[in-house]
This record gives sequence, C-alpha cells and structure tokens, in this order.
Amino acid sequence: MQPVGAAAPLRVDIAEKTFRSAQGVSVTALKNLSFEVPNGEFACLLGPSGCGKTTTLRILLGLDRQFSGSFQLPEGGSNRIAAVFQEPTLLPWRTVEQNVRLALPKELRVKNLDALFDTLGLAGMRSLYPAELSLGLARRAALARAFATEPAVLFLDEPFVSLDGRTAGQLRRLLLDVWSARPTTALMVTHNLAEALALADRIIVLSPRPSHVLGVFDIGLPRQHRGPEATNDLLRSFHQKFPGVS
Amino acid sequence: MTAREGGDRTLGEAAGISGRSAPAATLMPALTVTVSLLGLGLLWSLAANAWPSPAFPGPGQVWQVLLREAASGDLFYHLGATLGRVAAAYLVAMIAGSVIGILLGSYRRADRFFNPWVILFLNIPALVIIVLAYIWFGLNEAAAIGAVAVNKIPNVVVTMREGARALDPSYAEMAAVYRFGPLDRVRHILLPQLQPYLAAASRSGIALIWKIVLVVELLGRSNGVGFQIHLYFQLFDVAAILAYTLAFVAVMLVIELLLVQPVERHATRWRRRPA
Ligand SMILES: Nc1ncnc2c1ncn2[C@@H]1O[C@H](COP(=O)(O)OP(=O)(O)OP(=O)(O)O)[C@@H](O)[C@H]1O
Ligand SMILES: [Mg+2]
Repeated sequence: MQPVGAAAPLRVDIAEKTFRSAQGVSVTALKNLSFEVPNGEFACLLGPSGCGKTTTLRILLGLDRQFSGSFQLPEGGSNRIAAVFQEPTLLPWRTVEQNVRLALPKELRVKNLDALFDTLGLAGMRSLYPAELSLGLARRAALARAFATEPAVLFLDEPFVSLDGRTAGQLRRLLLDVWSARPTTALMVTHNLAEALALADRIIVLSPRPSHVLGVFDIGLPRQHRGPEATNDLLRSFHQKFPGVS
Repeated sequence: MTAREGGDRTLGEAAGISGRSAPAATLMPALTVTVSLLGLGLLWSLAANAWPSPAFPGPGQVWQVLLREAASGDLFYHLGATLGRVAAAYLVAMIAGSVIGILLGSYRRADRFFNPWVILFLNIPALVIIVLAYIWFGLNEAAAIGAVAVNKIPNVVVTMREGARALDPSYAEMAAVYRFGPLDRVRHILLPQLQPYLAAASRSGIALIWKIVLVVELLGRSNGVGFQIHLYFQLFDVAAILAYTLAFVAVMLVIELLLVQPVERHATRWRRRPA
C-alpha cells in the first residue's frame, strides 16, 4: 500500500469562481474553497446538488481557467491526470480496448491490459463498441481508461450515478480493487454519504452555493473493517459533526 | 445529438442496402434496380421505334456507337480525362471546403463576417465562374479544375459548418484531459464526428462536380466527355452524345457502389445495428 510518486499533496485554493450567463446574470459557484488531499489518499467531495462540485473538478482538470485562485496537482511519478466523468464519455466509434489505449501516452500504448480488464470484468468485452454496452459496463470501461494511464491523480465525478443500487455497489468494490492495487491520489465527487463512507479516507464537506468547505471528516477506519455496524457508527459521528448534512 | 441523428438519416439511404445481412435481403434491391432499368430501356426502345429519327436513336444504335468508340480507345481516353478532373476537383473542393467550414463552425465571429461571402458564392452561376477562370488564368487544366472546385466549395462549407456546430465538446474535453496529440484528435475525435457530414457533402458533391466538369470541358478543353459531346453536337450525332453520357453515368454508378458505399459502411460499422 505504498503511495505512488513523491509526497506533494493535491492543494486547492480557489478564491472565487463566477459564471456570467448570456443575459448578464452572474452566479457565484465557489467562494474561498480550499482543501488538501495528501498523496495516495482517496478523498470524497460531498455537497448538495448544484453547489459547484463539477465546477471544482473542471477547474482542476484544466477545462475551465476563468477563476481566481490557484491549485497544485500532485507531482512526481507520471504527472498525468485521469478523469471519470459524470457520463462515461467513451468514443462511440472505437472499441472498448481502443478507447482505453487511445488515452495512454505513446510509450504505454502497447502495454498489457489483461489484468486490468480482468479485474473490472471486461475481459470478454474488449472488442465491443460502446453502443453495445450497458451503462454499468460503459462506466467500467471509463474506469479502465482512467486507471490504465497510471495517473498521478484521479478525478471522479459521480461515476456511479443513475445505476441501480446493486450495480453501483458492485462497481464501488471494483473501483476499490483497482485503486488498492496502485493507490493514487483520488478526488471523487458524490452526493451520496453512504458511498463516501464506504470509499474514502476523508470526506470534504461542501456548503450550498457559493461553495466553501464546511469541514473535513477523517475516517480513521481501514476500509476492510467498515462493516454494517461500523458504518452505522461512522454515520452517527458524521451527523454529530455535520448536523443538517445528509 | 439531434444533428447527428439528422446525419444518420442521410446515411440511412446508403446503409439501407447493407444493413441486413441475409443474402436474400441484399439480392432483392439489386434485382429491383435491374428490372427497373430494363423497364426504362424497353420504354426507350419502344418510343424510338414509334418515332424513328436520327435525332432519337434507340438503345441498339447507342450500343453500337459505344462499342465502336470503345474499340478505337477514344471512349476510355476521354472518360479517363473527365474522371481525372472530377477526382481532382472533388479533392480540392472537399479539403478546402471542410477546412473553411470547420473554422466557420467553430468561430462565431468569423462566421458572422464571412457568411455573406458564402451566400454570395453559393449564388454565382457556375458558368460565370468558369468563364472568368478561363479569362483570368487561361485555358489550362488548373483553371478548369479550380473553377469546378470553386463552384462546389460553398456547398461543402455550408455542410461542414453544420457538422462543426454539432461537435460534442465532451469528447474534446476528454481528449484534453488525457492529452491526445493533435493528430489523434483529428483522427479519433474530429473526423468520426464529422463523418456523416463529410458523407453528405461527398454525395451531393460528386453529382454536381461531374456535371460542371462537362461544361468546363465543353468551353475550354480539348479532351474529355464534355469535349466529345460538344463535337458530336456540332455533327448532330445524338447516338454518340448518348453513348458518352451513359458511359460516364455508368462509371459514376460503379464508383458509388464499389467505393463510396463500402467506405461509408466501414466508417459507420460502430453504429448499433437495427435488431
Ligand atoms: N456553464 C455554466 N454557466 C452558468 N452557470 C453554470 C455553468 N455551469 C455551472 N453553473 C452553475 O454553477 C453551479 C454549480 O454547478 P455544478 O455543475 O458545479 O454543480 P454540482 O455540484 O456538480 O451539481 P450536481 O450534483 O447536480 O452535479 C450551479 O448553480 C450551476 O447552475
Ligand atoms: Mg455535477
């Protein structure tokens, strides 16, 4: 369980992010949002719908540069970033395997992906096109793509939304399996507290818009010890610390 | 998404034949086409018998001329010349039109500025462009091909502009996050999304281009199907005119069947097959 890369954490310090609509209405999504994720940790960003979680990830991914403030991505190792978007965003005209390989840097293009596809249960689906996959399988392929790149940091935006409970649970276990094989600094957006309690090392709780950090909930307990009873205890102490956050 | 479905419909016409895999299903349309064409030929032959005149030859006479021209080698020489011009003008028009169209579709300001130019060029008669090209650049091959291409470019621009507007930004963002190189972006992100629009522009393009190429040849070249038609027009040899026309139409049909449709089928193989 050695963290990969040097010790630099993910450091976020966004002073303000404001959207200006075409009609001139301005919406401040983020205000004084700052937090850190230590190297090799899995953190969840928990907040109500519309509070600015996707906006935060888009800024960190470099897709939105219109903001004031700064952030620092973990350094060392590959320096690559990977993302699992709210939608799987696979290229429909490429097979599952081509989708994964295209995301790899040139020197990794030919690497052996058998283990990864096996872990994610995609071994028989490598030559299928995305239109031939169910949503759950497409999300697995998106996970495969993200992990195949061996990133220095991984961003996930509600990767299990709009799946039924059983499939979502199964995918969470798969996510933990591939993540534990190579613990990468990860930041996952969710508004599902149970999901955050099952996956994260720490939960960063956001306020409603304009969003800032209400507090950080550290889960000291190793994941394999988070049975139903322990999860109930965690839930109770979470509600004590953050009354009113569901 | 809606625009992509719009593109689908254009493709559907081409893919309709190939979509089903049962041999009977692929044979039936071919059979229908054959019967339909035979019917037309029969009608023609009946009409030519009813009104016999050198200005209205029957299919048999046209066939004789076709054999004669083929035996002398003239037919293939002139078909080849025209085909070469069609191919060159098509390539120039598709490349230039696509680049301009994608730029206009991506940059609103440029589009607003250049849109009147596009409308202007769309409405200049082909004949005017051809005549001006010959006057300004001389009676040469480059002027001929350039004139045909300029006639076609505005159509390609309009189609490809639609395609660029319909591009899904989430794919580009995915490519940015995973640091796709410029070449990979064009090959795996841009071209596949534009494929239905490229296919639509090609399809309407080839038909338009070869008709304009004939005019260009008639006005200022000394070979090609257009030149031959001009020659036989002066001799009032309708059978020869029809022979050359039909030969070229046949060539274009073969290209459509053996080149355009297989390429499209290959490019759209990832679409979910209808159950
Ligand atoms: N491009 C945009 N233009 C204007 N406003 C925007 C834009 N994108 C987001 N917003 C606004 O910023 C706020 C935060 O949006 P964001 O998508 O980050 O929320 P979220 O926390 O991801 O919500 P959800 O949980 O529903 O996905 C919302 O109020 C939204 O209306
Ligand atoms: Mg969101």
